Amino acid sequence: MTERRENAGERGSLLEARDLHVEFASRGRRARAVDGVNLAVGEGEIVALVGESGCGKTTLARTLLGLERPTSGSVLYGGAPLSYSSRALKAYRREVQLVLQDPTGSLNPRHTVYEAVAEGPRIHGMSDERDRVVSALARTGLRPPERFLHSYPHELSGGQRQRVVIAGALALDPRVLVADEPVASLDASVRGEILALLLRLRDELGLSALVVTHDLGLAWNIADRVAVMYLGRIVESGPVEQVLRSPTHPYTQALLSVLPESPSPVVLSGEPPDPTRIPGGCRFHPRCQVLAAGAAARAGVEGRCRSQPLAILPVSPFSADSHAACHYAGARLE
Amino acid sequence: MSLLRLRDVAVTYRVASGEVPAVRGVSLDLAAGQALGVAGESGSGKSTLAMALLRLLPRDARVTGEILLDGEDVLTMNWGRLRAVRWASASVVFQGAQHALNPVRRIEQQIAEPLLVHGMATPAEARRKVGELLEQVGLPAWRARSYPHELSGGQRQRVMIAMALACSPRLIIADEPTTALDVMIQAQVLALIRSLIAEHDISLIMISHDLSVLASMCDRLAVMYAGRVVESGPSGEVFRDARHPYSLALSAAFPTVGDPASRRAPKGLGGDPPDPMHLPTGCSFHPRCPVALPECAFQEVELWAAGESRTAACVHVRPESVQPAGPGEGLEKQSVPVARPAEESQ
Ligand SMILES: Nc1ncnc2c1ncn2[C@@H]1O[C@H](COP(=O)(O)OP(=O)(O)OP(=O)(O)O)[C@@H](O)[C@H]1O
Ligand SMILES: Nc1ncnc2c1ncn2[C@@H]1O[C@H](COP(=O)(O)OP(=O)(O)OP(=O)(O)O)[C@@H](O)[C@H]1O
Ligand code: SF4
Ligand code: SF4
Ligand SMILES: [Mg+2]
Ligand SMILES: [Mg+2]
Repeated sequence: MTERRENAGERGSLLEARDLHVEFASRGRRARAVDGVNLAVGEGEIVALVGESGCGKTTLARTLLGLERPTSGSVLYGGAPLSYSSRALKAYRREVQLVLQDPTGSLNPRHTVYEAVAEGPRIHGMSDERDRVVSALARTGLRPPERFLHSYPHELSGGQRQRVVIAGALALDPRVLVADEPVASLDASVRGEILALLLRLRDELGLSALVVTHDLGLAWNIADRVAVMYLGRIVESGPVEQVLRSPTHPYTQALLSVLPESPSPVVLSGEPPDPTRIPGGCRFHPRCQVLAAGAAARAGVEGRCRSQPLAILPVSPFSADSHAACHYAGARLE
Repeated sequence: MSLLRLRDVAVTYRVASGEVPAVRGVSLDLAAGQALGVAGESGSGKSTLAMALLRLLPRDARVTGEILLDGEDVLTMNWGRLRAVRWASASVVFQGAQHALNPVRRIEQQIAEPLLVHGMATPAEARRKVGELLEQVGLPAWRARSYPHELSGGQRQRVMIAMALACSPRLIIADEPTTALDVMIQAQVLALIRSLIAEHDISLIMISHDLSVLASMCDRLAVMYAGRVVESGPSGEVFRDARHPYSLALSAAFPTVGDPASRRAPKGLGGDPPDPMHLPTGCSFHPRCPVALPECAFQEVELWAAGESRTAACVHVRPESVQPAGPGEGLEKQSVPVARPAEESQ
């Protein structure tokens, strides 16, 4: 893991998934939770991974952290494939940190703020534990840090608790944060504060982040690039302005259309689809509004929608191009 | 006449360390067929207010004021009447209720229970009714035989809505009905609630901290802070053009995707939520208010008219005729009058 700086070129990718597949056994069937994903987070880049519940976001995030082993494909950090030996993983987790959704659930109620934040440095046998804790707390806006050191989680507000969780991650001076729904359990007014913190950490420390969420407003608020996931695949990705202002994949279009302020919602029916039964052809075709409305047929791609699978999208960090895995979008470009 | 009329409703919890004034003098009106949204941050008293409406609060809560449902005061009703009202007039979809379904009983037993308990149906009728209700909420009738763990979060929330509809209420109180759900399922559940209230002419009180959701669902909005309504008015206007600095912060927290103003500019509200046991003097929002004036630390605020059928409790909308308080004045508790649009008053 030490050669990463040499391997990663200028504005190269820091954390990358290549043709990643993660499968689980589920009631005697195979659940293809992550089913062919390319994804890259560049140095100092904030990437949002969005998609509905069950589409595989958390599984992808956990696999990037080495908490889950890919069935095939690989995770690369600084250009080198992840090594799964326990020593290598321990070193890796100093640099790539996970921040979980629910601050209450990820803090031990009997541990003080100091103990919670010091846990990482202690595991890694760092000598300057107290300094690290104090500076991590200060960086998350818990100032003066001394005021919070001996507090217990129940004495803090939800936003303060989430800051403690983030401070715990920062105490190791990581280079990448993987944050799974970092503000989902927080109040609207506190949400903005935590998001602003992530932006500031990027500006001040050059921290990269992969933010997993089903909240498109969050992506708009802080991300540079966005990847939209559907049933184990990235179906559209690119710079936030492009993807969220002029989405080309029908699924992205539907997600944007159901935002409360949008004029004509396309509410997809049915529950999030089942990764043990991924449809053939385009995996979105049973719910696709463009196909249902006959537009795909008029463009001459209906047959392909139903039977021809789409290629896995290439994803490179800082790319100025957006990509969509859709026969109809492809035909319109030609 | 208003279907529901609240006058100076206050709820205080008694706890070991003292009293928690969770709701502090709320007056609101809901006309038949209308949808009212109640917004506000965690701990502002939204659920407490909702539970008070049907006297569903724990015994350590003291409720004062007037809660008139169809002109009858819920707070002074006898138990028999209250039970009848709970089943026949109004029902609640509780916050986090998807987790409140009994895990070992089938969906049909849980939906049919109130119908059977209140002798509103025979077992055969109840079974038929359950099938109808499930179809109304977009679930196939065979789902009646399922157990809660066999359903997804969105499906469980639909079951909760079916239960709320079972006794054909005129008012539904929905406390954060979609908060735990993802965007697409949230859109499905909101569309469902919208069509049900329109078809059956049901009034709705919907509680959420997401102003954008409330604005899309409701005719009027009331924004709560520290147990009081600090702003009320037509929902679109309150959402897009808030008069109270707290409502403004709340609406800014929900960016409009595509709006350059919120790109890379998440907006939050500094400071901590108020502790109800140690509320700030004057305007309770003053420690966090970006536009506070020196007088806000001691000036009691009340809901002043802030435009056509709008009110806000902020010195910045205070009418000229009201004298600003000097230090030491205005500390006594005041009731909160509310300006109402003509069609809502009697
Ligand atoms: N350990 C496991 N065993 C079997 N199936 C699993 C396992 N973990 C996840 N899955 C399945 O994989 C799919 C993807 O799950 P995942 O948690 O990654 O989704 P998600 O996008 O994070 O959803 P949410 O937004 O609800 O958190 C789901 O269908 C889930 O049921
Ligand atoms: N049973 C209780 N005993 C004592 N205090 C309570 C009780 N229930 C609520 N409270 C307090 O009353 C205040 C209002 O709580 P309430 O649940 O009504 O808030 P809310 O606006 O619904 O918040 P949320 O958005 O988190 O659901 C809070 O300070 C809370 O801690
Ligand atoms: S490929 Fe066809 S079915 Fe799939 S999203 Fe595009 S138009 Fe819809
Ligand atoms: S009264 Fe003063 S402190 Fe309160 S909201 Fe208005 S300006 Fe802010
Ligand atoms: Mg997840
Ligand atoms: Mg509540």
